[in-house]
Amino acid sequence: MIAEADLLALGLTLKLALVSTIVLLALGTPLAWWLARTRWRYKFIPEALVALPLVLPPTVLGFYLLLALSPDGPIGRLSQALGGHSLAFTFTGLVIGSVVYSLPFVVQPLQDAFASVGRRPLEVAATLRASPWDRFFTIAVPLARPGFLTATVLGFAHTLGEFGVVLMIGGNIPGQTRVASIAIYDRVEGLQYAQAHGLAAALLAISFVLLVSVYAFNRQHRIVRL
Amino acid sequence: MSIRARFQIERGTFRLSVDLDLPGSGMSSIFGPSGCGKTSLLRAMAGLDRYDDGQFLVNGSCWQDGDFFLPPHRRSLGYVFQEPSLFEHLDVRGNILYGQKRADPEGRRIALDDAVALLELGGLMERAPSTLSGGERQRVAIARALAVNPRLLLMDEPLSAVDVSRKQEILPYIESLHRELVIPVIHVSHLPGEVAQVADHVVLLGQDGVEASGDVHDLFTRLDLSLAHESRASSLVEARVAGTEAEFGLVRLEFEGGQFLVTQGGLRAGRRVRLRVLARDVSLTLERQADTSILNIIETTVQELQAEDEARVLVRLLAGATPLLASITRKSAHDLALEPGQRVFAQVKSVALLA
Repeated sequence: MIAEADLLALGLTLKLALVSTIVLLALGTPLAWWLARTRWRYKFIPEALVALPLVLPPTVLGFYLLLALSPDGPIGRLSQALGGHSLAFTFTGLVIGSVVYSLPFVVQPLQDAFASVGRRPLEVAATLRASPWDRFFTIAVPLARPGFLTATVLGFAHTLGEFGVVLMIGGNIPGQTRVASIAIYDRVEGLQYAQAHGLAAALLAISFVLLVSVYAFNRQHRIVRL
Repeated sequence: MSIRARFQIERGTFRLSVDLDLPGSGMSSIFGPSGCGKTSLLRAMAGLDRYDDGQFLVNGSCWQDGDFFLPPHRRSLGYVFQEPSLFEHLDVRGNILYGQKRADPEGRRIALDDAVALLELGGLMERAPSTLSGGERQRVAIARALAVNPRLLLMDEPLSAVDVSRKQEILPYIESLHRELVIPVIHVSHLPGEVAQVADHVVLLGQDGVEASGDVHDLFTRLDLSLAHESRASSLVEARVAGTEAEFGLVRLEFEGGQFLVTQGGLRAGRRVRLRVLARDVSLTLERQADTSILNIIETTVQELQAEDEARVLVRLLAGATPLLASITRKSAHDLALEPGQRVFAQVKSVALLA
């Protein structure tokens, strides 16, 4: 029912979502922790920046990323200086795009979760001889577990569904940048509705199962805010 | 052995400057109305809030002095917060072990088993915090603070988050901590009754800072301080169970300056007890009354008098070394021509056993 080319696209999509989610958690956790704890009066500026992908058309985001990743762009120059090549139209470029695009879906649930843990349990832990790192890993992370679950699933699911950013910076290279959403678009363009159905149904099912699991485990949490 | 605390606390418009020397053992209570900075002072001592130019020395170890500041997790202290603040992701055992695992390895001053036994937590060890009552939670919090083997225990109104009926459940534990622990305890409270029960030393904090710091018996009966002017103003007496008058079902309690006969049964001979005598339960006579139903008549010397209002006078008496308060009418004081140095007999109508 699903053609081999489409399976390849689906596999690539899952790989992209997985890698992006890992990078998102690695970057989003310290950022969310800082946003939840800082008393900096201008913290609304980084908060607004993080939320930007929620309102921007993905093509706008993709356009600027394309400029940045291209051989003459800042990230492109950096990667070339480090001995790599331009990142536009590569899997790495897609990961960078996905991370930027899905950042609010990871940072916001984590920030809310850290904020709801509050300062008190960490102060208690400090009086029980726990160093700052110790407190973070043994108190803040376990108490923010619902936030981590939400962030992981939303980051993953949202990356599955991206289209505009990928179209701008990834193009359509099978096995490298041709993800499921692009493949569906191609099938529809080519009036191959049956194949489009197979992929679309697969994405729909995966996303639905993921979201059902988040909502079931985290009934009291808001998923994402603007 | 002593504790030295000097802090200039500033939070917004709030200012509190303290310079205290506290005893290096026993229970010191910081007492004062809400908003006078008791909790801020305790947090400064723990290092949870940092104020420049403070000094905090605990029995020979320096925790803060000038630019030197030891962060809270490097200080050998136990801290009991106002709310129990148990870690909800750990069971009771996990909560208590959290601090113990990170505690000083050197000579334990408190055995964990003793803390668990003292606070009667044996049966709760596997329970989740959310299944405990308020009183149980606070007892776990106290055991958790003790399990880090601290050199100093700080307690911030440990009873305020507990409802009235539970207070009497926890107070005896705090009282027994004070008797059985070798480490100093600094305790914050706004309840005179709680301070009367547990404190050895009192720091009286007012809106303008430290009003007085001294021995609890002295501070409760000093006429220039607010404690003596509360509606339940009273004197505290340290006594020892000396014997019984079994024939009449009475127990004889001896203190420096006299003795009391009380109806409390079941007191072991030799046990030390603290008694509270309300000022309004004490009346004065110039001669020892023979034909009276009052059992407890103590020979005292008038030390000081102060008018409470138009009608009443507060009298500070000394029975040996023990200060007593009597609240009498101004007319009586006038009729008896009371003056400092005079010998009078205090007739004590009732005595409350605090511990």
